[in-house]
Amino acid sequence: MSDSFQPTRPSGRFTLFPRLSGVALTGLLIAIFLMAFLILPVMQVIYVAFLDARTGALTLQNFQDFFNTNLFRESFVNSFYVSAMSVVFATIIALPLAYITTRFTFAGAAVIQSLGFIPLIMPPFVGAVAMTLLFGRNGSLNLLLDQYFGFKIPFMEGLNGVIFVQSLHYFPFILINLSASLRNIDRSMEEAAQNLGSSGLRMFRRIVFPLAMPGYLAGAALVFIKVFDDLGTPLLLNVNNMLAPQAYLRITGVGINDPMGYVISFILVAFSVFALWVSLLFMRGKDYATVQKGGGGLAKRDLSQREKVLAWGVILFILALVLSPHFGLLLLAFGTIWSFSPLPDGFTLQHFGTVFTQSSQYIWNTIIYAGSAAVIDVILGTAIAYIVLRSGLIGRKWLDYMATAALAVPGVVLGIGYLRMFHGVELPFGLGQMSSFWGLIIVALAVRRLPYALRACMAALQQVALSLEEAAESLGATKSSTIRRIVVPLMTGGILAGFVTSFATAAVELSATIMLVGRSSDAPLAYGIYLFMQSPSGRGAGAALGILAVVIVALGTYLSQRIIEKDRNRRAAAPGTDH
Amino acid sequence: MRKILLTTALTLIAGAASAADKVVVVTSFPKDLTDPFKAAFEAANPAYELEVVSRNTNASVSYLQETRGANTTDLFWASAPDAFEVLKAEGLLAAVDVAAEGIPDSVGGYPINDPAGMYFGFAASGYGIMYNTRYVEANNLPIAKEWEDLMRPEYNGHVAMSSPSRSGTTHLTVETVLQGDGWDAGWAKWKWISGNMSTVTERSFGVPDAVNSGSTGFGIVIDFFGLASKASGFPVELVYPSLTAIVPANIGVIENAPNAEGAKAFVEYVLSPEGQQVLLNPAIMRLPVNPAAYETAPEGFPNPFTPEFAPGAIAFDVDLSGSRYTLVNALFDVMITYRMDDLRAAVAAVQQAEAAQEGKDNAEAKALIAEARALVEALPITEAEASDPSFAGVFQISRDKPDVEVVGRQAEVEQAWDAFAVANYAKAKELADQAAAMN
Repeated sequence: MSDSFQPTRPSGRFTLFPRLSGVALTGLLIAIFLMAFLILPVMQVIYVAFLDARTGALTLQNFQDFFNTNLFRESFVNSFYVSAMSVVFATIIALPLAYITTRFTFAGAAVIQSLGFIPLIMPPFVGAVAMTLLFGRNGSLNLLLDQYFGFKIPFMEGLNGVIFVQSLHYFPFILINLSASLRNIDRSMEEAAQNLGSSGLRMFRRIVFPLAMPGYLAGAALVFIKVFDDLGTPLLLNVNNMLAPQAYLRITGVGINDPMGYVISFILVAFSVFALWVSLLFMRGKDYATVQKGGGGLAKRDLSQREKVLAWGVILFILALVLSPHFGLLLLAFGTIWSFSPLPDGFTLQHFGTVFTQSSQYIWNTIIYAGSAAVIDVILGTAIAYIVLRSGLIGRKWLDYMATAALAVPGVVLGIGYLRMFHGVELPFGLGQMSSFWGLIIVALAVRRLPYALRACMAALQQVALSLEEAAESLGATKSSTIRRIVVPLMTGGILAGFVTSFATAAVELSATIMLVGRSSDAPLAYGIYLFMQSPSGRGAGAALGILAVVIVALGTYLSQRIIEKDRNRRAAAPGTDH
Repeated sequence: MRKILLTTALTLIAGAASAADKVVVVTSFPKDLTDPFKAAFEAANPAYELEVVSRNTNASVSYLQETRGANTTDLFWASAPDAFEVLKAEGLLAAVDVAAEGIPDSVGGYPINDPAGMYFGFAASGYGIMYNTRYVEANNLPIAKEWEDLMRPEYNGHVAMSSPSRSGTTHLTVETVLQGDGWDAGWAKWKWISGNMSTVTERSFGVPDAVNSGSTGFGIVIDFFGLASKASGFPVELVYPSLTAIVPANIGVIENAPNAEGAKAFVEYVLSPEGQQVLLNPAIMRLPVNPAAYETAPEGFPNPFTPEFAPGAIAFDVDLSGSRYTLVNALFDVMITYRMDDLRAAVAAVQQAEAAQEGKDNAEAKALIAEARALVEALPITEAEASDPSFAGVFQISRDKPDVEVVGRQAEVEQAWDAFAVANYAKAKELADQAAAMN
């Protein structure tokens, strides 16, 4: 962590390097890491956008072509529309869940909070198959509707289908960040509002929601950028008229040398950074930090009987919708043949048998890869958040922009970039080729998921009052012990949220890893699912592997929550004796 | 924490370093195909261990291109001959002298092996129409047996295929029809079929997936998808239209392979009579290239070496296909994949107008419909232009050959085509709607 880089004391003689503070050194190391594993590999691929395809000379012609093409302009508008609408629907899903569970004493609040993570873990391919089997034009729901009422609802068609799937998939970004923010609101703010006569919706609108703004905006920006850059969902719904699929289709075709794919990639990265910058503009000049901690959070009140029924109704409806893909996945994993019928023809345990006998190494690889990547992410995320928000380093904002730009880099571009940069680099200690070394998969996952952890850490740190650190320092604590004993513990919730999102999404990532897996013994779960899903007989086994991925992530989430709670209790029991 | 991670790391490294005479094969084939071959090959050649690295065809090609500087791959094993052509053109394949007996020179008019000896056909594939029997029954549809059948209005919204730019096998299907029916008639056929499509899938496996799950009724697929789906119990059937092309799936040794001996041994095993038998495994279901293998094939298994198999099969012109490969992909995507909604609207309007005018004798309406049909079928370029190097070269930009003069940039050309197609589809819909409203 950042405190491990103590400034070295030069012993008076001339040194080549200027004296660096610990923070500056950390910043420098992070910048080098991001340069080596994100910026340079991506540049290796994307500079093609600036080349004349024939002569290889530098040119801006390709960008002119982009704006002269109707299809690309329409794609841009479609991508923007889908992202904005997904944020709206994700908010509609996340807001009641977050509010009810943090505002009221409510049985099952913890369950809802954990279940809220699960949509993020949608394993590739099988998730889409499960969704089509439930909501597709001949899915269970439409078959039943058609049979009993004689009509069908096109849930999964066109842009609306993309919005439907994306908001179900990505609303947890808002839920996690918004809940963390709501929990951190100083109760005295609320009490002050109540003293002044505010209550109910008005208080929510004027006091509570604005105070939770950092978390909400962090989540909403993530959803927007993620949907804007996501290509998996549009591709699986066979929607081509959006930017990310256009880029992907043009980069990955056999023998295609079309520079437009790279132009679109460049525009995706640039627009994502722009969207992030806009969300930062909103936050500028506002102070969201709260001084009190521990006794904080909104006052929880009990619900009346009628309100309880209503709350349960809302929550169960949302959960049913949100968990339906996983329900479909379960049916697929236990079902025999499922074709043009509301339910599978029969049920079997055979698919799990196949998976357990053939695929246990995928499970261990996934735990190691996703776990290590998430650890790297929260360490980097915390350090970057601290540097950006608390230090005066020159160019510190660029650390944030660089790390966040990873959101906009299509996995396949990063994968190809790594191959270009690191292939042929022989590692010491008999580790072999760097590009086929499994460690590189961890780095790729860490880089791709860093933005999630970073947003969560930033939001957490924004809510820690500077005065607490100043107090610690004026009591004689060094910078590093302030960070270790004051800042990080206060950020725990956000760091945990970051860890969980990074871990969960890394566990099912495929697009970069598919380029980097050197041997099948090094492959993670998502790759195993891909292998199964390439053949008709593998559909059930792929779904079974998908279920295992969901279980692993759910367990990971549960365990990390337990650890944090234990830690919190220990702190509460023995203040000042923490080690 | 750090200690634990380090220990785990060291254990993993130790495990990975076990040495054997490995043969590394990069493949797009599923486990269902590679596992039986791996088991059979290792049993027959205990000295070797086959290491399978699975990637889809496109990713495999980029992987081999990117890693050529320090190659670690011995073999490439995939369906689409085009992918092998790309690798061959870039000098990534090695010419190997392989001993194989009993394999004829061609199957269904298509040469089985690369004339330069850089890759070898090991299994034949045909293209067909796969359909879901439950879907067909529920929707009361007749069974489509020929490509023309899929153009009929009753199939509107019931058909799926992949895009030729995404799937090498779909490209061959598109090209087969273009060669069999001619450039203009072939494209017209694809447009009318596409107007009936519910979706153009991004992966070739998306098509059998959609048919298996019943989200669509008919799919245009490479045969083994249909055969293997049926073998794994899905309520699906496969028919071969009489116009088809038989194309081999291939294997080739990579230039500068670390284990060239082992690579050659595996190729020879795959082509041997025992290796050919493995293809008849119910989960694989590919057509062997050794005619002798069919003697033990199950009842009803298609045999491309018999005269009654696909009588209309054409002699596929590989050079013609190669000269316009990316152009055909781009044209299909611009006119069909990316403008699916416009095309569907135009085709549906024409179909409705024809139904409304059925049995009536309104010459004016008939003329409008004919004009609308011509607009839907209109092409922005002629066959001669498509094979003209100065035009096709727009889509095969290569810095190796800067002397070939080309007429524009791909984005520019595509924008012109796109405007052409969108305007024509809109006009066709307008005319057809007018015709439908007439008495």
